[in-house]
Amino acid sequence: MPESDLSAKAHEGPVVSFEHVAKVYGGGEMAVRALDDVSFDIYEGEFVAIMGSSGSGKSTTMNILGCLDTPTHGRYLFKGVDVKTLTRDQRALLRRHYLGFVFQGFNLLSRTTALENLELPLIYRRISKSDRRDMAIEALHAVGLENREHHTAAELSGGQQQRVAIARAMVTNPSLLLADEPTGNLDTARSQEIMDLLAKLNTENGLTIVLVTHEEDMAAFAGRRLVFRDGNIVHESTSQAA
Amino acid sequence: MIGNILLLSMREIRRNVLRSILTTLGIVIGVAAVIVVVTLGAGTKAQVQTEISKLGSTMLTVFPGQRRMRGAAQAAPPFEIQDVSALRRETAMLSSVAPMSIQRQMVVYGNGNRRSQIVGTDREFVNVRNWDMEAGRLFSAAEEQTGKSVCIIGQTVKTELFKDEPYMGNVLRIGKASCEVIGLLEPKGQVMFSGDQDDVVVVPIKYFQRRIAGNTNIDQIYVAALDDSLVDAAQAEVEMIMRERRPSQPGAEDLFSVRGVQEMSNAFQSSTAVMTGFLSAIAAISLLVGGIGIMNIMLVSVTERTREIGIRMAIGAREKEVLLQFLVEAAMLAGFGGLVGIIIGLTGAMALAPLLNVPFIIQPDMMIMAFVFSALVGVVFGYMPARSAARLDPIDALRHE
Repeated sequence: MPESDLSAKAHEGPVVSFEHVAKVYGGGEMAVRALDDVSFDIYEGEFVAIMGSSGSGKSTTMNILGCLDTPTHGRYLFKGVDVKTLTRDQRALLRRHYLGFVFQGFNLLSRTTALENLELPLIYRRISKSDRRDMAIEALHAVGLENREHHTAAELSGGQQQRVAIARAMVTNPSLLLADEPTGNLDTARSQEIMDLLAKLNTENGLTIVLVTHEEDMAAFAGRRLVFRDGNIVHESTSQAA
Repeated sequence: MIGNILLLSMREIRRNVLRSILTTLGIVIGVAAVIVVVTLGAGTKAQVQTEISKLGSTMLTVFPGQRRMRGAAQAAPPFEIQDVSALRRETAMLSSVAPMSIQRQMVVYGNGNRRSQIVGTDREFVNVRNWDMEAGRLFSAAEEQTGKSVCIIGQTVKTELFKDEPYMGNVLRIGKASCEVIGLLEPKGQVMFSGDQDDVVVVPIKYFQRRIAGNTNIDQIYVAALDDSLVDAAQAEVEMIMRERRPSQPGAEDLFSVRGVQEMSNAFQSSTAVMTGFLSAIAAISLLVGGIGIMNIMLVSVTERTREIGIRMAIGAREKEVLLQFLVEAAMLAGFGGLVGIIIGLTGAMALAPLLNVPFIIQPDMMIMAFVFSALVGVVFGYMPARSAARLDPIDALRHE
């Protein structure tokens, strides 16, 4: 499939939408219904927090949002495209061009400098060498990591590593940034900084963000919350701040 | 895309320098061994060729051959001096003909003694063998006629028995006989298939027959063609004359055989071909072991880097790109091992060549082959680990600790 086929044809409406999505793992008596019947839309520029205890279905939702997994029933539309109809490689290309990931464990390549980590998604995007460098340095500056270009992951603190990870997720200017417990491994002060950074990227750059968390404090940064329990959305609220 | 994959693979190899080096060790050793053997082999071959030309490429040797008596093979009767004269008389394409009878005998001078090759022949010997005198003179016609006790010695006999003493005019004992030294041959050196050529005492054939062998036999006849291009024609002519002189039963084999130096060289070449095949098998085994080493490390690497593969997939690497990256990594490791092996092999061959007394000859085609083959080993053995990396599920890979 040519990559251009995925380029959004001036898509109107939500960036992503879940239409009666269900996800069942296994079969027969052993079947586990991770998601029961979930529907929601996320529009451009939103900052959404997905909350819930473990086993509530928020991770499954995250995997489906990230095109790493597909629904068993229902439809998941990414910019109007039914992701289930895409092949494994097409989903990889979709991630490459429209998605950014930030994980709890930072997930930087070890023994690799911050700059090289940032270049990775750009290399897959086949950005030329000089542009790649400029974009990577710019992104590092945007997350407040000047002069850390040539430090490897091991030489950076947890907070700094998560900043590099955020820079890596946004360096390609994605349509959607998925942050899975981004502050789970950080202390309160560092968590605050990371959340401030995400909020800033949302308000100033208009970056659409979905945040998975179980902490109220972190969810407070988001404009809208979806609370999951036993595979369903049990509560939805919009904060005044957003 | 391949440029980017190369870059990613390079970074990967650089991340783990020590392990990369250890991984390639098998390939390095295999390729180095091949290069050493092939380079020295080529040197040996070249040296044999020069030695053959030293022997004289126009030279032919006539042997008595065999005959069958009631099914059993028997040596045919030896030549006689008349055969030599007949060849001299009746051929047009030979420049020289010399009888040759050879025996190993104890040679004594003063307190020294050694077993040397005693050659009974005549003046033509130096022409047939293309061998000059360093000092003294050849046998005279009269000395040959009467079988006078005179001899010409080779360099080894001179240095071993006479050391610094004057040899000319002194008397050597050969077995129970004795002879006066009248000349010294030039050094000829070692030959692969007949040992030290300078360890020789040359005496008139008649003297040899009477005093050393005790018969009138001639073991072999050496002949030399007028020119390189006439060797085959000369051989045909010699065969015709000999057939007339030594008729065999109709349909039976000839009672003689004529062999050229080229045939001896062919025999040597075919023995080196066996050797080369054997060494190639060893090389193939060492490359196989090297390849398994690479596969092993790549499998470990895929397990170790599962999370990283997950990250790459989340970022948007396609199956094909993950596969290619691991394949290229394996090929680069193996190719790099091949390069290092070539360098080590060449250095080793360069050091060993003077010790083995053979010329150092670089074989560029062999080097290219070794490099390509080792990279290929990487691809073949890297495929399985690369495929298992590419088939990983990104969710599981990201969860991997």
